[in-house]
Amino acid sequence: MKVKFGVVVFPGSNCDYDTFYVLNTIFNAHTEFLWHKDTDIKGSDVIILPGGFSYGDYVRTGAIAKFSPIMNEVAKFANNGGIVLGICNGFQILLEMNLLPGVMLKNTSLKFISKDIFVKVTNKNTFFSSKIEKDVLQIPIAHSEGNYFAEDSVLTELQENNQIVLQYSSQDGIVSDEFNPNGSKLNIAGIINKQGNILGMMPHPERNSESILGNRDGSGIFESIISNFINK
Amino acid sequence: MVEQIVDLKLALEHGLTEEEFGWICDILGHVPNFTELGIFSVMWSEHCSYKNSIAEIKKLPRSGNALLVSAGEENAGLVDIGDGQAIAFKIESHNHPSAVEPYQGAATGVGGILRDIFTMGARPIAALNSLRFGSLEDSHTRFLFQEVVKGIGDYGNAFGVPTVGGEVFFDESYKGNPLVNAMAIGLVDAKKTASAIAKGIGNPVMIVGSSTGRDGIHGATFASVELSEESESKRPSVQVGDPFTEKLLLEATLEIIENDWIVGIQDMGAAGISCSTSEMSAKGNSGMKIDLTKVPLRENGMSAYEIMLSESQERMLVVAKKGFEKQIMQVFDKWDLHCEIIGEVTENGIIDVDYSGKSEAKIPSFNLVLGGGAPVYKREKKEPAYLSEKHNFDLSSLKIPDEIKTTFLKVFSSTNIVSKRWIFEQYDSKVQTNTVVGPGSDSAIIRIKDSQKAIAANTDCNGRYVYLNPKVGTKIAVAESARNIVCSGAKPLAITNCLNFGNPYNPEVYWTFSQSIEGMGEACRFFETPVTGGNVSFYNESPDSTVYPTPVIGMVGLLENIQNRISSFFQNENDLIYVLGQDFEEIGGSEYLRTIFNLVEGNCPNINLEIEKKLHNSIFLANSKKLIESAHDISEGGIITAIAESAIGSFEKQFGVKVEIPIQTRWDFSFFSETQSRIIVSVNPENQIEFEKTMSEIGQYFNYLGKVTNKDFEFNGNIIPISELSEIYFDTISKRMSHEI
Repeated sequence: MKVKFGVVVFPGSNCDYDTFYVLNTIFNAHTEFLWHKDTDIKGSDVIILPGGFSYGDYVRTGAIAKFSPIMNEVAKFANNGGIVLGICNGFQILLEMNLLPGVMLKNTSLKFISKDIFVKVTNKNTFFSSKIEKDVLQIPIAHSEGNYFAEDSVLTELQENNQIVLQYSSQDGIVSDEFNPNGSKLNIAGIINKQGNILGMMPHPERNSESILGNRDGSGIFESIISNFINK
Repeated sequence: MVEQIVDLKLALEHGLTEEEFGWICDILGHVPNFTELGIFSVMWSEHCSYKNSIAEIKKLPRSGNALLVSAGEENAGLVDIGDGQAIAFKIESHNHPSAVEPYQGAATGVGGILRDIFTMGARPIAALNSLRFGSLEDSHTRFLFQEVVKGIGDYGNAFGVPTVGGEVFFDESYKGNPLVNAMAIGLVDAKKTASAIAKGIGNPVMIVGSSTGRDGIHGATFASVELSEESESKRPSVQVGDPFTEKLLLEATLEIIENDWIVGIQDMGAAGISCSTSEMSAKGNSGMKIDLTKVPLRENGMSAYEIMLSESQERMLVVAKKGFEKQIMQVFDKWDLHCEIIGEVTENGIIDVDYSGKSEAKIPSFNLVLGGGAPVYKREKKEPAYLSEKHNFDLSSLKIPDEIKTTFLKVFSSTNIVSKRWIFEQYDSKVQTNTVVGPGSDSAIIRIKDSQKAIAANTDCNGRYVYLNPKVGTKIAVAESARNIVCSGAKPLAITNCLNFGNPYNPEVYWTFSQSIEGMGEACRFFETPVTGGNVSFYNESPDSTVYPTPVIGMVGLLENIQNRISSFFQNENDLIYVLGQDFEEIGGSEYLRTIFNLVEGNCPNINLEIEKKLHNSIFLANSKKLIESAHDISEGGIITAIAESAIGSFEKQFGVKVEIPIQTRWDFSFFSETQSRIIVSVNPENQIEFEKTMSEIGQYFNYLGKVTNKDFEFNGNIIPISELSEIYFDTISKRMSHEI
């Protein structure tokens, strides 16, 4: 069975084409754009909320995007167990919609941070990470608000349920403050919901899925989704 | 703005001269009304008319085999890169706005240059910049620096264009008047470009994008005088940027161009509706009748004068093909943007403006524009007196420092040399997934998807050199840009320029400007890199100082095959390190002189264009035979700095070296000489014989320096741990900004 991806386009999305390109050209997957004003998810098997600045993010990241007509459908899809991946701004939107727990604060540096960092793949037992071979990925981040925050009880729950998928780390996988670029609680770079069908991550896997762009460490995320869908 | 009686006094207050006011009265056949005066004053400002520069600029080579559009004809230059594709690129200044409102000034500078690119029908694929500030030891400079960087980042990041490179230089001369030059590069199907033209009688004229407010009124006039104590009060002349709307405008604009529904389009930057209506009409030998009542406004009670002069951002003027209005409106509606028909193209050549049923202005479009009736002046030139004094300075009288290691570390920790990581980590450099080499290398490399090709780009200028020798200094700026393109493996294609100078009415400034243009022309002709366009920014003076003459070069090159790219950084332990090109111990105007002796003296280094071109060919040849692992040009800080940069400049893969730098007369001059036309390369030992043979055969001067190691930075018996060098290189600016040093 061939998986069909839908990439949501908000006004202000700017990683929509990048995500489309990777899925369509690099992974040869059927991919469609989903316009924010539409209410049709066009039979998507997997929905991706791409990076960018939806509606300019002048209010609070993702605060306006959650009211888009398409997002009602995405929420229904997600609540029915549909596979949803939110990257960067997409992660922020998922938090804003309470499809994932917690909130994003401004980076502790109060600056936009754009650089390659390392993340430890803390949980490889998910739909999104099972085909990732390496234990630590080198991957770009680019955000002002990636400082993940949640109450201690939520953090404990995330840990107990193995919902933390990616954590900022050293090149050798050491998770500590020293390697935390933005102040995230527990160095969280990506989390999954309890049911395991929704992943939000701040790093941009679509930016390093080709060796010409530095490395292919991001490709494992897409490979996992595609492979797990076929075997579903 | 209250309507006032127009007389000579008011014209003078608008920045016009008595003579110009007379011409305006002659053109119109009567004294202009208030709105007409406003329109003339912005259109004839230096910023829009280039009245004091155009006679000189015309001397630059402005066409060439790869140029699809000659300089100045459209919003940006257009260069053929084969396979039916073209690159549109341009650099522009936003100095004065950034001096009084650094965040918005810099942000709207980026916004303006991006619009110049996508009005051509090109999708922006990369942004670069060139910045100048005073010393970071000064708190106000730190404020300007921080806000400018944030402004550039916030705009480009939200818009979704990768900021892939640039340069920053700190010097006291820029203290009161920082320079903020923004460059953008776009990719377009060569057959689907758009033109800034109005033609076809009866075709509808539309205003699209943001609504019009009172921001930026007289921005163009503000840019055409020196900064002064009163400049602070001009803060309302600075526009406010909205990258979100710009992103929507980009998508909508490209959609209507792609569908071929329009005749012409121009962005609204300086002088807003005045400039776009008159320039598009003049280009098409037509006129326009427009009704300002139809313009979507941001606030009530705006006068015709204010609407015509507003520089509200994120707007475009579109001349539609009659019959396609509905389709165009649907596109803008889809993107939630304004789109209103405000008039139509006429045949009488007049910009005819109505507002609320009243005629507000009637001006022949031709008389308003550059290349038409706008004034053209040749200013008086005089060689500045300081030059011979500087050139006669006896450099040999300088005391040789006692300590080699500490001297090197002091030069190496100059903010002009260390990594600009603090800056570029605030810029999204990877969005669009084309960035193969990002900031921090000699040139950025951007791949063209679905092809083997890539574009290389950089910005360059050492204002200190140009100050010491305007002609040679500018030649060096072009040569160094080209060298940086070559070091990435690409072939130089064309340049855009941003000419930042002082007051052109000062004969010494004008002489410098003229000499600089001469040097640029000579170098560009030699390298066959025509000037595709750019921007002149005069009046870069403040009560504190006049800036160094700073003709910034933005160069674009083409890599036919991206697999042939060259890194600036050493790649493997045990590789051999060579220098190509001979040293002449040129220390005038050097970073060494500035950091160790606090002097800006002597003459700038010499440049021999023949030798430079030969060097480029040597790199091409060595690269085509796969004989070199890295190439990095020698510039500020000399050979020792270049070796250190190649060793540790890639944060991810750092090496040590063991080298012996040849000393001619004095170690300090040999280490820190900024003699041009030199490149550090590294060579796999297996290729040593072939490399040396190849270089000898073509008569390229080269010298073996030593080896790449996995240990310390070891030069002429001195040892510095890599960790120490790396900390200086990568952390100096962030420490300065957080007051740790």
